Amino acid sequence: MKPYPFKYVRAEGLAAVFQQFEEHGDDAQVLAGGQSLMPVLNMRLSAPRVLVDINRIEELRGIALDGGEVRIGALTRHREVLESEVVRTHLPLLAEAMPHVAHVAVRNRGTLGGSLALADPAAEMPACAVALGATLVLRSAAGERTVAAEDFYQGLYETERRPDEVLTEARYPIAGPGYHGAFQEFARRQGDFAVVGVAARGRVESGVLSELRLVYFGCEGHARLARQTALAAEAGGRPYTPQVFAALKDALAEELDPMENMHGSRATKLHMAQTLTGRALQALLARAGGAVHG
Amino acid sequence: MSGKAGASSSNSTNPTNPIGQAIPRASVRRLVTGRGRYTDDMTFARMVHAVFVRSPFAHARILSIDTGEAARAPGVVRVVTGAEVAEVCKPFQVRHAGFPALKVTPQHVLAVDKASWQGEAVAAVVAESRAEAEDAAELVMIEWGELPAVADADAALAPDAPLVHQELGTNEALALTVDGGDVDGAFADADVVVEEEFRFARHTGVTLEPRCIIADYDPSTHALAVHQSHQAPHEMADVYARHLGFPGHNVRVVAPDVGGAFGLKLQPYADEIATCALSMLLGRPVKYTADRLESFVTDIHARGHHVKARMAVSADGDILGLEVDDVYGIGAYSQFPRTSVFEGVHVLRMSGVAYKHTNYRARVRVAYQNKALSGHYRGVGMPIANTVTERLVDMATTELGLDPVAFRRRNYVPSEAYPHTAPTGFSFEYMSLGECLDKLEELVDIPALRAERDSLRADGVYRGIGIATFTETTAISPEYYGKAEIRVAAQESCVVRLEPSGHVRCLIGMTDQGQGTATGIAQVVAATLGVPVDDVEVISGDSAATPYGAGAFASRGAAIGGEVALQASRALKENILAVAAAILQEEPAALDLSDGRIVAAAGGTARMELAEIADIGHFRQNILPPDVQPQFTVARHHVPRALPHLSGNGIQLSYLEVDPGLGAVKLLRHAVVHDCGTVINPLLVHEQIRGGAVQGIGSALYEESVYNNEGQMLNASLADYLVPMAAEIPDIEIADVITPTRSSELGAKGVGEAGVTGASPAILNAINDAIGPLGGRLAEIPATPERILRALGVV
Amino acid sequence: MDDTIEITLTVNGETVTRRTSPRQHLVDFLRGELGLTGSHVGCEHGVCGACTIRLDGRAVRGCLTLAVQADGARVETIEGLTESSEISDLQRLFVERNAAQCGYCTPGMLLTAAELVAAGQAMPRAAIRDFMSGNYCRCTGYQAIIDAIEHVLEARFGAPAKEEG
Repeated sequence: MKPYPFKYVRAEGLAAVFQQFEEHGDDAQVLAGGQSLMPVLNMRLSAPRVLVDINRIEELRGIALDGGEVRIGALTRHREVLESEVVRTHLPLLAEAMPHVAHVAVRNRGTLGGSLALADPAAEMPACAVALGATLVLRSAAGERTVAAEDFYQGLYETERRPDEVLTEARYPIAGPGYHGAFQEFARRQGDFAVVGVAARGRVESGVLSELRLVYFGCEGHARLARQTALAAEAGGRPYTPQVFAALKDALAEELDPMENMHGSRATKLHMAQTLTGRALQALLARAGGAVHG
Repeated sequence: MSGKAGASSSNSTNPTNPIGQAIPRASVRRLVTGRGRYTDDMTFARMVHAVFVRSPFAHARILSIDTGEAARAPGVVRVVTGAEVAEVCKPFQVRHAGFPALKVTPQHVLAVDKASWQGEAVAAVVAESRAEAEDAAELVMIEWGELPAVADADAALAPDAPLVHQELGTNEALALTVDGGDVDGAFADADVVVEEEFRFARHTGVTLEPRCIIADYDPSTHALAVHQSHQAPHEMADVYARHLGFPGHNVRVVAPDVGGAFGLKLQPYADEIATCALSMLLGRPVKYTADRLESFVTDIHARGHHVKARMAVSADGDILGLEVDDVYGIGAYSQFPRTSVFEGVHVLRMSGVAYKHTNYRARVRVAYQNKALSGHYRGVGMPIANTVTERLVDMATTELGLDPVAFRRRNYVPSEAYPHTAPTGFSFEYMSLGECLDKLEELVDIPALRAERDSLRADGVYRGIGIATFTETTAISPEYYGKAEIRVAAQESCVVRLEPSGHVRCLIGMTDQGQGTATGIAQVVAATLGVPVDDVEVISGDSAATPYGAGAFASRGAAIGGEVALQASRALKENILAVAAAILQEEPAALDLSDGRIVAAAGGTARMELAEIADIGHFRQNILPPDVQPQFTVARHHVPRALPHLSGNGIQLSYLEVDPGLGAVKLLRHAVVHDCGTVINPLLVHEQIRGGAVQGIGSALYEESVYNNEGQMLNASLADYLVPMAAEIPDIEIADVITPTRSSELGAKGVGEAGVTGASPAILNAINDAIGPLGGRLAEIPATPERILRALGVV
Repeated sequence: MDDTIEITLTVNGETVTRRTSPRQHLVDFLRGELGLTGSHVGCEHGVCGACTIRLDGRAVRGCLTLAVQADGARVETIEGLTESSEISDLQRLFVERNAAQCGYCTPGMLLTAAELVAAGQAMPRAAIRDFMSGNYCRCTGYQAIIDAIEHVLEARFGAPAKEEG
């Protein structure tokens, strides 16, 4: 189980990466943390001719509080996100999700940008980015552009990133007071990819829920923002009783179309998503200080 | 493997009797410092690497193979096909004298005309590096003619099923039946009949160290030296000699440190024997290490049973009869040389044996299918027998509203009934069933647990308690393979020798893959001889250096290996005392050995250091009387003959919570009470139970080799095949009941399979206890969320 | 295409320079080129943890990092941690508790546990289990491993704060 041969290029800066793209086009593959790419290479499921290692590009690392947003460089390791005070304070949803991401040795090496760019349908980071309304920064030789996370994810491992672009940063807006998040994931074992999960974020004022975003992962081909279900939740009225959450099941069944896989049929995953939706909303409201009645 | 067994600290050794002491294994010191030496750690001069081209199809004819381009690839030394290897290597031909009806067909080590499962090796590439061999393997061009495959065992037995082996005319390898007592009468008389249809998924052993072999053929002496990650080096040496055409003494198999085995490394594998053949073709060392992906499709699998069973019970709670009908899929071939049928035999012969009913009927149909071979993995069929029995028992108690603890106690074979022959035909020296249940009630406050469960149910928390009695056969006699005319030894052999320093070396055929058998044997030697455990080194795992033994299987290490070590040590002690008596001018009977000294048998006064005797016996024989010849090397063999097998038993309890919203199971507590007879080392015995229980928990909740109908394994990676990890497993509470077997002096009965044998029924009973109030009922393992949600009727 | 590349790195405190194929992962390099066979290969897809080593002070999967990526880096293996005595208490407890059977997972377990110990605080048992959940052991059932780590954490840092819930 050894990779196909490839040429290895260590890029010291983004310019060198773009040059490799220019020279080799689709045959060049960016190597970030490698925690998803390396297994694929070892199993010979992919055969890039050139591997462009971006791990030494310092400008892609770091977590910064910048005005109304938190900027996280693409090469920032999962561990750094997990341990970040800035993230804990300003992006509690991300902090809540991070312990679900793999295990210590993988978090030490795997990167936020790698996870966001790969777009694994069962991964936590894309769902959180969509739930938090993050903006992703893409850079190419031609310049920089930004894409809203919810527009970035297009299909199964399909994103808005063009082959000549590198995802360099994720920018998470800092929510004002009244916004709360909740993260619910079911995995077969600690640290496994989700069977089903939901990242929820919304505003609660005087016990009224608004601006709710429910993002499901492990369900469809990519992190899926369920707008109708969120509207149904908001419209459910006060108090948010278990009956209100029960009513959401129909909305979710209408809106979400989970893919069957080894861990569950469509029906099973939908049932799990319904369960997790209720739990996420209860947790979100509980954090807002509102009692869940019933 | 060699390792000095002994204590790392002085507090644990009782010099007078090390048996029963929790002595740490000295060999762990090597393992924790990176000094373990596994087969893949070794390299030899001119060593090359083999990679196998494997069938991507479950069933396909090989129309042509073109090796030309592969042979020209960088680093490649040789590319061979099945036909070329067949010239130096005989195919496996399974035969079992006890089952003359077993339908078999020869298995070539590399497929010659057709492949019969996804993963079967069809060609081999040898290159300077593993990576280059993999590169070239992709250049071997094979034209395939796909054949219809049959994956499901029931489907394989259907009249119009595609045949795995055309020449056999059927996929039914064997059908076994037992019919004892008046089963029809028992069911006619029953007040309650409980009936269930069980499915036990196929799973596999997943040793952390993959299979690995280095074969080194020397044409100048026509000798084959093999290093191999294996449980039975002697048996392998015999297989290699007979299949590759060597005189027996020209083959040496060394098993160094072995990174997990569990039955998975008990058999000859086609690709391993092919590696030996490649070394013969090349005249240089060839290494083959299975990678994880090929491990999943070539390592032995196990289980894979579909059982319909029913139990007849009277209104006051007597089991009246039991009927079991099993379909067991063994994959494409019956495993050589043991055959794959023992899983089925154990279902047939071990179902319901804890209980005193006399009416039993069972049928097991063994089916070929286009899947990886299934066979001997820890527990061998006994988890199936126990799960079927214990689940039916719980169903009966639920139906009758009886206490599952009292019901079991009422129905157990009573202690005065032994020796007992069950209606299955198997006999049992003794089973401490009631004692184990009593002990479980001491270990776990079951009424308190029930109260907690019941009060939480009111809050919508669904917890369940499951108990499961389990029975096992261990340490089998020649009544099994001897009678079957299969070349698998029942004996163990041991050489014990007094070294010139006064220390002791024990060379034994038994092997140790981390169970701690070597330490246990050192304790037996030390106890018998009267020397400190630290003074004994146990050497095993080398077919040339150690006397013949069958190695590790069927929980025989302590029972048979321990007994032969005892017998040999006793003989050596007599010899030592004879020399001491000559020196001290005493009668041998007046002397004894204790803590490395010659002492007076009466009173224990120290007379002489053992080291001094050793020195005289090796270097200064001149001071001995002329007729005294020191015999400081002693060999003994031990074959268990008194009983066909030993009988272990125990009981397990699971306490868990089912999340009905997700179908998830959280195991909260797990307890095991076991009777392995004499406990030589409780630290190691309990560790065996825990490790086994966790494998059983894995089979109950996580592990499954998922195949589609075309015979493709869908989860053949460690990311997709789920094994239990630390976070999923609770601490496991353990207690011992000790009933030594009377068939040996040592009295040990074996412990390796206890944990795995009783865990799955305890878990399945607990899950049913939890979901029963929600109207759910489950009879399939692993109990995945999908299956639990289906059982609850919510999806 | 598969031309070797020269790399210089510090392994267990010693500077080594070797040529390596770009496709060789770090654990194959350590085992094959340097004879550091204490790190094991279990799955080569990052799941089992047998290859866990330390790269620039952090536990990583040796099969998911290329040897060429370790150019200029500091690598430590079980052999190095043994020589420095950094985890001698963990190793002693693994022996005493029989926290290893076949021993194949053990170096990786110890490297992961070393990171936990290096974090410098006691931890509740359940958290230790979570932390160690990326390392597969087929033999022990994990309990003895958790016992050993818990004991070392308590000996070094005292009892953990009471578990929540």
